[in-house]
Amino acid sequence: MKSCLIVDDSKVIRKVARHILETLQFQVAEAVDGEEALTMCANDNPDVILLDWNMPVMSGMEFLRAYRASPIQDGAKVIFCTTENGIAHIQAAIDAGADEYVMKPFDRETLENKLQIVGCL
Amino acid sequence: MSAHDTRMHKQLAELLRKHSGQQLMANRHWRVDMALKPILRRHSIPDLNMLGDLLAGDSDADLARECVEAMINNETCFYRDQANFALLTGPVLDSMWEKRSNTKRLRIWSAACSTGQEPYSLAMHFASNPEKWAGWNIHIHATDISTSALAQARNGRYSQFEIQRGLPVMLMLKHFDQHETEWQLKEPIRRAVTFAKHNLLDAAQGAGVYDLILCRNMLMYLCDDNRKQVLGNLATALTRDGMLMLGAAETVIGQTDRFAASQEFRGFYEQALSR
Ligand SMILES: C[S@@+](CC[C@H](N)C(=O)[O-])C[C@H]1O[C@@H](n2cnc3c(N)ncnc32)[C@H](O)[C@@H]1O
Repeated sequence: MKSCLIVDDSKVIRKVARHILETLQFQVAEAVDGEEALTMCANDNPDVILLDWNMPVMSGMEFLRAYRASPIQDGAKVIFCTTENGIAHIQAAIDAGADEYVMKPFDRETLENKLQIVGCL
Repeated sequence: MSAHDTRMHKQLAELLRKHSGQQLMANRHWRVDMALKPILRRHSIPDLNMLGDLLAGDSDADLARECVEAMINNETCFYRDQANFALLTGPVLDSMWEKRSNTKRLRIWSAACSTGQEPYSLAMHFASNPEKWAGWNIHIHATDISTSALAQARNGRYSQFEIQRGLPVMLMLKHFDQHETEWQLKEPIRRAVTFAKHNLLDAAQGAGVYDLILCRNMLMYLCDDNRKQVLGNLATALTRDGMLMLGAAETVIGQTDRFAASQEFRGFYEQALSR
């Protein structure tokens, strides 16, 4: 069973994403910001991280830079999942080490497609 | 459901069959009702029964075409059925490369291309492998029966929802320009595909033209006789040693004697006479 960490400050998004991921047979964990996500990854690194951009305490971009620079990352895939839908943001995320990008709003099929593309399905 | 509704659905089913060969299944009636609502609004037609009456006269060809296109399922996405598409862009195209390395000429037909994601996925694949295909003359021809789907395909413009379906973000960044919430394919990829309107029940132009034909997720909506007819037309258009690719859930087995399943590639079919 593959594992996914959802990092998003919105309870609704976490709930929706969890539901989709669980029907795709993922083991799911949740974090409310980048800082909590870093701690969780240090303990138990997931196969894939679904990452929001704008969050209090530590943003998705700050998390991604810290994560990719740390020894804990161990090949996990990172999929940004955000309302930041401009091409400059998308390019910046890829440059910082994101593997895929989902522009919100998303549906089950989009997420499923992206998980396939990064090789987690 | 009232008798009137049943009669109207029968009329719509007949219209769809006449224009596209497709069958209207009873379990899709609700979808058809939804799909036709915008047409009612556009033409100030009060309800579906009145639409049925207007269509029954057979006098308004534009209205009929509009209804047919609304009833047809246009669903598609980039690199649809990823595993099958990977087989196509990997081993199948490798074998085509070998077979055609003397002429370096490849003719591909995306039959029933809908809004263009299928032929453009192929065009992006060739663009991503320039060394392998250097010096090759590759032509991707794409056809569909739906004028509105073809208009979008030619334009190469996709909504945020469509652009995310199946397309890796790297390819999106490389080949598309953003226009607010829409994404437009850049000129070089658009130029790699030609589009034309074509009903697959009609004979294709020319025989033995295409090395590879994709006809995916269209045959499943046809009745047996029409399916046989379409497969016959495709076989005629295919070169002797060409390949036909169907949708992941489709087969030619038991449908025609013109094609046989490829021994090498699952989901691909060859001319029956070459065996
Ligand atoms: C479900 S889409 C599949 C698109 C694409 N091949 C794919 O697999 O994603 C089916 C397409 O077949 C087209 N179609 C239906 N009947 C047709 C006919 N008789 N001749 C040509 N195209 C037809 C429809 O307009 C629609 O765009």
